[in-house]
Amino acid sequence: MLLDVRNVTKSFAGADGPVPVLAGVDMALDLGQTLSLQGESGSGKSTLMHIVGALDTADSGEILFDGRDIAALDEAGRAALRRSEVGVIFQQFNLIPSLDVTENIRFQARLAGREDPAGVAHLIEVLGLGPHARKYPEQLSGGQQQRVAIARALAVRPRLILADEPTGNLDEATAAEVLAQMLALVADTGAALMVVTHSPAVAARMDRQLHLRAGRLA
Amino acid sequence: MTRACLQALWSHWRRNPLQLFTFLAGLALATALWSGVQAINAEARASYDAAATTLGEGRFDQVLPKAGEGFAQEVYVDLRRAGWQVSPVVEGRLRLDDGAVRVIGLDPLTTPGALSPVAGTRDIDLSGFLTVGVLFADVATAARLADLPQEVVVDASVAPDTVLTDVGVAQRLLERPGTLSRLIVAPEQPMGLLPLADVAPGLMRVAAQGSSDVGQLTDSFHLNLTAFGLLSFAVGIFIVHGTIGLVFEQRRGMVRTLRTLGVPLRRLMGLMAAELLALSLVAGMIGVVLGYIVAALLLPDVAATLEGLYGAQVAGGLQLRPVWWLSGLGIAVLGAGLAGAGALWRIARMPILASARPRAWAMVAGRGRQVQGAVAVVLLALAAVIGALDLGLLASFVLLGCLMIGAALALPLIVGAVLALGQARARGVISGWFWADTRQQLPGLSLALMALLLAMAANVGVSTMVSSFRLTFVDFLDQRLFADAYVRGIDRDQMPGVEAYLIAQGYDVLPLLSVDTRLAGVPSELMGARVGPAYARNWSFVDAGPDAWAQVAAGEAVIANEQLVRRAGLWLGDALDIGDGLRLPLVGVYGDYGNPVGQAIVAETLFTSLFPEEAPRQFGVLGAPAEDLRADLGAEFGVPSSSVVDQAAVKAFSLGIFERTFTVTAALNVLTLAVAGFAILMSLLTLSAIRLPQLAPVWAMGLTRGTLARIDLLRALVLAALTAVLALPLGLALAWVLLAVVNVQAFGWRLPMYLFPLDYARLGVLTLAAAGLAALWPAFRMARTPVSQLLGVFANER
Ligand SMILES: Nc1ncnc2c1ncn2[C@@H]1O[C@H](COP(=O)(O)OP(=O)(O)OP(=O)(O)O)[C@@H](O)[C@H]1O
Ligand SMILES: [Mg+2]
Repeated sequence: MLLDVRNVTKSFAGADGPVPVLAGVDMALDLGQTLSLQGESGSGKSTLMHIVGALDTADSGEILFDGRDIAALDEAGRAALRRSEVGVIFQQFNLIPSLDVTENIRFQARLAGREDPAGVAHLIEVLGLGPHARKYPEQLSGGQQQRVAIARALAVRPRLILADEPTGNLDEATAAEVLAQMLALVADTGAALMVVTHSPAVAARMDRQLHLRAGRLA
Repeated sequence: MTRACLQALWSHWRRNPLQLFTFLAGLALATALWSGVQAINAEARASYDAAATTLGEGRFDQVLPKAGEGFAQEVYVDLRRAGWQVSPVVEGRLRLDDGAVRVIGLDPLTTPGALSPVAGTRDIDLSGFLTVGVLFADVATAARLADLPQEVVVDASVAPDTVLTDVGVAQRLLERPGTLSRLIVAPEQPMGLLPLADVAPGLMRVAAQGSSDVGQLTDSFHLNLTAFGLLSFAVGIFIVHGTIGLVFEQRRGMVRTLRTLGVPLRRLMGLMAAELLALSLVAGMIGVVLGYIVAALLLPDVAATLEGLYGAQVAGGLQLRPVWWLSGLGIAVLGAGLAGAGALWRIARMPILASARPRAWAMVAGRGRQVQGAVAVVLLALAAVIGALDLGLLASFVLLGCLMIGAALALPLIVGAVLALGQARARGVISGWFWADTRQQLPGLSLALMALLLAMAANVGVSTMVSSFRLTFVDFLDQRLFADAYVRGIDRDQMPGVEAYLIAQGYDVLPLLSVDTRLAGVPSELMGARVGPAYARNWSFVDAGPDAWAQVAAGEAVIANEQLVRRAGLWLGDALDIGDGLRLPLVGVYGDYGNPVGQAIVAETLFTSLFPEEAPRQFGVLGAPAEDLRADLGAEFGVPSSSVVDQAAVKAFSLGIFERTFTVTAALNVLTLAVAGFAILMSLLTLSAIRLPQLAPVWAMGLTRGTLARIDLLRALVLAALTAVLALPLGLALAWVLLAVVNVQAFGWRLPMYLFPLDYARLGVLTLAAAGLAALWPAFRMARTPVSQLLGVFANER
C-alpha cells in the first residue's frame, strides 16, 4: 500500500478552545488508483490533503507512506518527501511568479534531481503549452496556469499526486478538458491520485469516491 | 462621511501596526539623521571656534600690552566703558610637578562668537564655578591636574598641554590678581569709538593672523560638512519616499473599496493628505528628539557643549532651538509631502476597479523603467557638463545633486542587468530561482538600495575628503611652519632690536615682511622673505620651474599662492606686476590652504627696496626651542610669551582638531549606514507580506522554511554588495566634486585627493553588516512563518 492513513485527528484553535476538524480519519490509496474527496465547505478536505502530502502535520494518528510514518518526520524530512514523492496541484497560486513556464515545470523535478528534458517536452506538447513555454505565469489564463501546474506535478514523476479543486476556477468545458488530460497523464505514470472536489462530475471520473462528514470519512 | 472614512483609513493601521510602525520609524529616522548631522555639524563648528580662541590667533584682532607680560584689569574696564567690545584673556604657564601647562583664562560672557567650553557648562554647580572654579583640558592634561582643588572637565577640543578656565580662576592659579594678558577684539564694534591710544595708551592692537589661521580652512571644512548634511537629507528623502510609497500601495484595496462605496475621490485624497501631515508631524517630532539623543550618544564628550547649544545661556542659543525644531519638522513634512504627492497622484489616476492587490512586481520592462533610465542618463550627463564647465558655487551644488540623484536612479537598472546576467549564467535549480526571485524583489527594494547607495557613497566621499584634508593640511603645516618658533605680534619698533639680538645669539632668523596690496587686480599680500636653504628644503610647490628659489633669492622672480594665480588667470611663465611697474616672471605656485587672499613672495632685499619703511612683522627662528625664546625675549625685551609661538604646539593642536573630526565623521558613517539599513529592514518587512504567494509554491515543492530564510538573507547581502561596488566610484566622484570643484569655487584653492583603500574596505564591510542585520529579522520571521499561513495562499477563499 502506498498510502495508509490511520485514525488521524486534527483540530484548530478556535475562539473557545480547539475546534476538531478531523476526528479519526482512516484511508488507504495505492499506486495506480484514483480517489475523490468530497464534503461541505469547511469540512476539512484541504486539511486532510495537506496532512497526507506532508504539507501539514496531524495531531495524532499514523500516515504511512510506503510503510514509513510521515508523522515521525522532521521539517527537513517532510520537505524531502514533498520534493521527490508528492506532486500537488492547487486551485491557484501554484506557480513561481519569477520563473517562466518551462522553468516552472522543470523546477521541482530539478529539485528532486530527476530532470528528464524529453519528459518535460512531452508534457508541454501534450498539454498544448508549446506557444507559452517562455511566458511568465501572470501572462497566462487560468486554464493555462492549471495546465502548467499539472505538468509541473507530473514532471517529478511522483508516486502520489494531490489535487485540491484543480479545476475550480475554470469554466466547464476547459475544466473537463484539463481533467481529462490530467487523468490520462497520471494513468501513464501509474501514480496514485487524490482529488479534492465539490463537483460530482469530477468525482465520478475517479475509481473511488469518499465523503468527509463530521471529521470522518464515509 | 468624513468620520466613517477616517475610521476606515485608521482601521488599516490598527490591523497592521507593523506598517504604521515602519512608516513612523522611517520618517522619524530620516528626520533624526538630518537633525543629528546638523547637531554634529554645529558642534564641530563650536569646537573649532573654541579652539581658535584657545590658540589666541583666530579670526579676531587682539589688544596686547606694548611691553611686559600684562596690564591692569582696570584698563579693560575703561575700554568696556568706552564702548570697546573686547573680551579679557589671562594667559600664563603653570608649574606642575611634571612640567608646565599653559593656562588660558577666558570670560565666557564676552568671548566673541566662540562657544568656548567654558560657556557650555550649565550643569556645573554655579557656586563651585565661582569659588573654586572649573578647569577644562584634554584627557592627558586633565590627568595631570588631579591635585588642584578645581573641578576638572575633560574636553577634547582643548589643545594639548593647555588648561582653559574662567579669567578669575586663571588669575588665582597664576597668582596674578587684577592683571590681564590680552584682549580679544570682537569683529563688530560700535561706531565712533575713542581710539585705543586715547583710552589705553599702553596697549596696541594686533591684526588677526592670516598665515596660520585655522579659520578659513575650517570654513571650507564646514562647507563640505554642509554638503554631507544635504546628502544625508537625500538619503532621508529616499527612505521617506520608499515608506510612503509602500504605505499607499498597501492601501490600494482600501481606497478602491471606499470609492466603490461612493466616497468622492477629492474627499478621500484630502483625508489621506491630512492623515499624512498629522503622521509626519508626529514622526518629525520623534525624529528631532532622536537626532538629539543620537548626536549626544555618539559624541559623549561634547554633550556639555551641545547642551550649551540648546540651553539659553549662550548668545545665539535661544535662536538655535526653534530653528532646530523647525528644520527637523520641515524635513519630515517636506519629505512626506514630496513622497506623498506622487503616491496621491497615482491613486488619483487609478481606475476605480484597478487591482486591489499591491502591484508586487512587473517583470515586463515598463514605460516607468525607461523613463527612469532616461532621467538618470540626462542627470548624469548634466553632471558631467557642469563638471567640465566652470559655472560657480551654486552650479557645483547642482552638479552634486545631479550626480547623486542620477546615480540613484540608475542603480536599479544596473543591478537589474547584473541580476539578469546572473540568472542567465546560473547552473543549479535553486540558484536559477534565486536570481529570478531577486530580480522580482528588486522594484520593492530599489528605494532602500538607493538609500544605501547614497549613504555609502556619502561616507566614501566624506571620508576621502576628511582624510585628504588631513594629509594635505599636515603637509602644509610641515612646509609652512618649518621654523621651531615664531615671534610675532610685538611692537614694530622693537623688531629690529629683537632680530639683531636673535642673530647675535647664533640663531637662524627668517624675517617675513608683508604689505597688503592688489596684485593683478586681486587683493593680496606681498611678502618679502629671506630666502635660504631652509625654504628650498621645506616648501613644496603645486607647480614650479627649475631653480625657482634661486631666482626668487636673486630678486629676479616671484612665486605666488594658488588663490592669486587662479583668480588672476596666471600660471608659470606669466609675468606678475608687483608694483612700481616692476614685472617679474612667475616661477612657482604653492598651495596656501586656508588663506582667503592672494599672496606672492619675493626676496627680502627686493621687498625692502620697494617698501623701505616696512619692518618685519614676524620672524621664524630656527634652532631655538620656543620655551627658551620666551624666557630670553621676555627678559630682554619684555615680549609677552604669547608672542612666541611654538610650532610643535600648533601642529599638535591641528592634529587634535582632525582627530576630533574623525570621531565626528565615523559617527556620521555609522549613523547613515544604520539608517539605510533600517530602510532595507522596512522594505523587507513590507515585502514579506506580498512575498508569501511567491514563496508558498517553492515551499510546497520541498524547500524548508529555513532554507528559504537563508536564501533571503543571502539575497540581501548580494544586493548590498552590488550596491556597495557601485557606491565606491560614486563616492570617489563625490569626493572629487567636493575637493576639486566645490572647494575651488568657494575658496579658490583645490585640495589634492588621496585614496584610502582600507577605509573603503571597512565601509564596504559596514555596508554589508548593515544590510545583513536588516535582513536578519525578516529572515527569522520567514523561518517561523506558520505553515497554515503558507497553505492559506492556496486556500480557495482568495
Ligand atoms: N489555519 C487554520 N486556523 C484555524 N482554522 C482553520 C485553519 N485552516 C483551516 N481551518 C478550519 O478548518 C476547517 C476545515 O478547513 P479546510 O480548508 O480543510 O476545509 P475544506 O473542506 O477544504 O473547505 P473548502 O471546500 O471551502 O475548501 C474550516 O472550518 C476552517 O475554518
Ligand atoms: Mg479546501
